[in-house]
Amino acid sequence: MRRSPLLWISAAAVFAFLYIPLIVVVVFSFNDSKLNAGWVGFTFKWYSILVNDKAMMDAALNSLFIAFTASFLATLLGTMAGIAMYRYKTRILPFMTLTPLAMPEILLGVSLLLFFISVLGTESLSLLTVIIAHTTFCIGFVAIIVRARLIGMDESIFEAARDLGATPWQTFRLITFPLIMPAIIAGLLMSFTLSIDDFVITFFTAGVGVPTLPLTIYTMIKIAVTPEVNALSTLMMLLTLGMIIIASKVAPGFLEETEHRGEDQ
Amino acid sequence: MALLEVREVTRRFDNFVAVNNVTFSVNAGEFFTLLGPSGCGKTTLLRMIAGFDQPDSGGIFLDGVDLKDTPPEKRPIHTVFQSYALFPHMTVEQNIAFPLKMAKQNEEEIRAKVKNALDLVDLTDRAKRHPHELSGGQRQRVALARGLVNRPRLLLLDEPLGALDAKLREQMQIELIALQRDTGVTFVFVTHAQAEALALSHRIAVMRAGKIEQLDEPDRLYGQPRNRFVADFIGNVNMHEATVKAAGETLTLELGKLGKIVAPMPKNQTLAEGASGVFVIRPEQVAIRAAQESSNDPNQFVGTVNDFLYIGDVTTYIVDLPDGARIEALLPNSAPGRAKFFELGDPVRVSWKAEAGAFLDS
Repeated sequence: MRRSPLLWISAAAVFAFLYIPLIVVVVFSFNDSKLNAGWVGFTFKWYSILVNDKAMMDAALNSLFIAFTASFLATLLGTMAGIAMYRYKTRILPFMTLTPLAMPEILLGVSLLLFFISVLGTESLSLLTVIIAHTTFCIGFVAIIVRARLIGMDESIFEAARDLGATPWQTFRLITFPLIMPAIIAGLLMSFTLSIDDFVITFFTAGVGVPTLPLTIYTMIKIAVTPEVNALSTLMMLLTLGMIIIASKVAPGFLEETEHRGEDQ
Repeated sequence: MALLEVREVTRRFDNFVAVNNVTFSVNAGEFFTLLGPSGCGKTTLLRMIAGFDQPDSGGIFLDGVDLKDTPPEKRPIHTVFQSYALFPHMTVEQNIAFPLKMAKQNEEEIRAKVKNALDLVDLTDRAKRHPHELSGGQRQRVALARGLVNRPRLLLLDEPLGALDAKLREQMQIELIALQRDTGVTFVFVTHAQAEALALSHRIAVMRAGKIEQLDEPDRLYGQPRNRFVADFIGNVNMHEATVKAAGETLTLELGKLGKIVAPMPKNQTLAEGASGVFVIRPEQVAIRAAQESSNDPNQFVGTVNDFLYIGDVTTYIVDLPDGARIEALLPNSAPGRAKFFELGDPVRVSWKAEAGAFLDS
């Protein structure tokens, strides 16, 4: 097919729009100036300031701990939900699991806050409540990915395993689990990235003692944007990029599949 | 004692009766086929034998033991699925070893049996491949090897040749017969393809709407169908409304405006004058010749050639009879270099012997 120059130009414009701000952040994280205005010279200064900033490092540790725990829990529960949706073809199950995905985050944040305060008490807001909140909104993503993977598969594979002498547990361990592994990993990575940069829900459920990275950056920006934020953003970008690369290596089929599905609709 | 017994089995889905009070038994070493159009209940029956579904009433017995409380993995019965259902993340070898591993056999034994099974289906050079690297016929053979490697008491085959092209299907039919003979495993085969059933089976149960219409050996099923459905479903048949005029040693039938014919008297059946039904006769039993040539057959009519289907080895002529009915006659093209004996519109004489065809009152 012949592609018109207009297509190339518009594609370039879209990518420029998406990536130039990111590139600016990366470049300015190495800029030897307190102002995000013009290029002065190259430096690693902001990275060393960042590493020595205790408040920032605590926040980073909090965020990583929350992201690891919440994504692990969400993957565990979401995988089970995905399998259940596939096996018991009820209408209510997908509806219940996927609704939180479509819900505005602010709604989820406020309702979780009210829930924690009224059920667990006003003092309850802590690391634990943030983890619970993050797990809640990640389950749906994992479930939808796992179910999509299962739906593409021949159902008789699972019956064949039983037929050939595998108990239900053996069937899961030897057939179902290896086959949905790419979806589980993709779900895990997705939950991790969703959790580590969540602001709105964290803001409502974190209380005072638990600053996470997004919350801390927001507080900093209110005072003044220092290039330290640029350095931090660059590191987070690297982390996310790494995750995407891992995801595309372990679950290449998944990324392609979602593209195709998108085209079909 | 029969190996497998299906006793008065009924299975309902909501208001739909998929299997309706079905009873039959399969002997050890037999190649038994459930044949019928889609929706006749044959697959439901197969799933109940495998253990994926339970009868609402009646029972399924293996060696006289009720299988009701035995889950699929505990039944010495394996299934070859229509989609093959190979495990995509395992190699051919690992697929075939799966049932042996589940049965906790030791490594050495497993290796020897897998090697044997690969030999049996001629796939030794594909042992390390994954299913998606194989052709349809090869996948089919892996599925068969996997089903047979553990020598189950019973192998169930659910339309296993359905996804293959015609040429390959014929080849697989021959392989299936050889596999069954070599392994001695009892086969229960499900298909809607009557030619396949006739070619493969020792016995066939023809099913319709959840019931067995006739259970017989292939030649009896083809030669002596019990009713219209079976006659029509198995092979090609000419069918004409008929009334009994006289019933003695032979049967005299009135074929509407065509007039009278003689037909064989059905065995074990009394027929009174005036009984109505159909006269059925296979195309290969109908002789066809030019109208001016005479025939010694007691039943003969003159008609015109309406159409013909040249298949290669045979030609089927479709002849218009004076009453507007049509009859098909089959002529082998055995004369060298000649494939067409009559042209469209040619007057022809169709005839058949007194012992050919059958009168069916149901």
